[in-house]
Amino acid sequence: MRRLSRTRTALLAALALLAAPFAHAIAPTRMPTPALQARYERLIHGFRCMQCQDESLANSPVSLAADMRRQIRQMLLAGKTDQQIRNFFVARYGYFILFKPPFVAKTAWLWLAPGVLLAIGAVSAAWVIRRRAALVGPEDTDEDESLDDGLLGPGKHS
Amino acid sequence: MIRYFIPLGVLVVVVVLLALGIHQAPRKDLVPSPLIGKPAPSFALPSLTDPAKQVTSASLRGHWYLFNVWGTWCVSCHIEEPELLAIAHTGLVPLIGLDWKDSRSQAISYLRQKGNPYQQIAFDPGGLEAIHWGVYGAPETFLVNPQGIIVYKYIGPITPHAWTHDILPRLPAGQTVRGS
Repeated sequence: MRRLSRTRTALLAALALLAAPFAHAIAPTRMPTPALQARYERLIHGFRCMQCQDESLANSPVSLAADMRRQIRQMLLAGKTDQQIRNFFVARYGYFILFKPPFVAKTAWLWLAPGVLLAIGAVSAAWVIRRRAALVGPEDTDEDESLDDGLLGPGKHS
Repeated sequence: MIRYFIPLGVLVVVVVLLALGIHQAPRKDLVPSPLIGKPAPSFALPSLTDPAKQVTSASLRGHWYLFNVWGTWCVSCHIEEPELLAIAHTGLVPLIGLDWKDSRSQAISYLRQKGNPYQQIAFDPGGLEAIHWGVYGAPETFLVNPQGIIVYKYIGPITPHAWTHDILPRLPAGQTVRGS
């Protein structure tokens, strides 16, 4: 009996340890109206926790994130717009605090680079395909071995 | 022949970009502050050592100061404490403390035990003032000029090297602490 209760204690302890990470769960904040609640939720999901960096303010258990959530709550209650709240944090922490950075001169390359790379890829693919197609064109009577030479001489077939 | 080098060139560019990225990655903890070159936040906070008094940004105008964010709970702040005392001892620039998310009694006994490098200490138990300075960890130290502009921010415990290489060169020569 004594052994059993000891086992049980050990089990309970193990369970408590397993549950420990969840003990950090963020206490939900109640806003006075559903509309404010929705804006609050959207805002805290859009900001990065500066301490843990890969978590949003909504998910971060650190106390700085709690302070920032409190700041957002106060600003919402004071009637500030979402944009004003975003500007407040960007002015102090930089665009890094936003999970979705805005399109400005400083972040332009971030937004444009994928498109530019895709365009470069498309243009080179089109160029290669055209050249290959020209190589097997009707006037190309060279034997196969000279194909590579043909590739080396730009303008030969066009 | 040149066309065979194009993929090689692209590869070199990609490798260089990745190498730069990897090289920068460990400094991800150092987020550059957008406040550099901007006016320091204006504030009026109770003094840690004397709750009846206030520490105000207005009273700090007109001379250089180092604004140091710390707390007794912050291990790195314990590490930099001797260097802060050494800086205070040089008399070149006053240290203004922001005791962040701390307990007053603990902070006072900590300073009594280790020595107080600060000329004035603002008390911010709620942590909202630190947000205005864009603080995301402690210690963080801001160098503010007589016009109230943040000239430089140092993240992490100040080392003797950081003092001589990063902070001291930004101070004008012949600068001395002005009593308050």
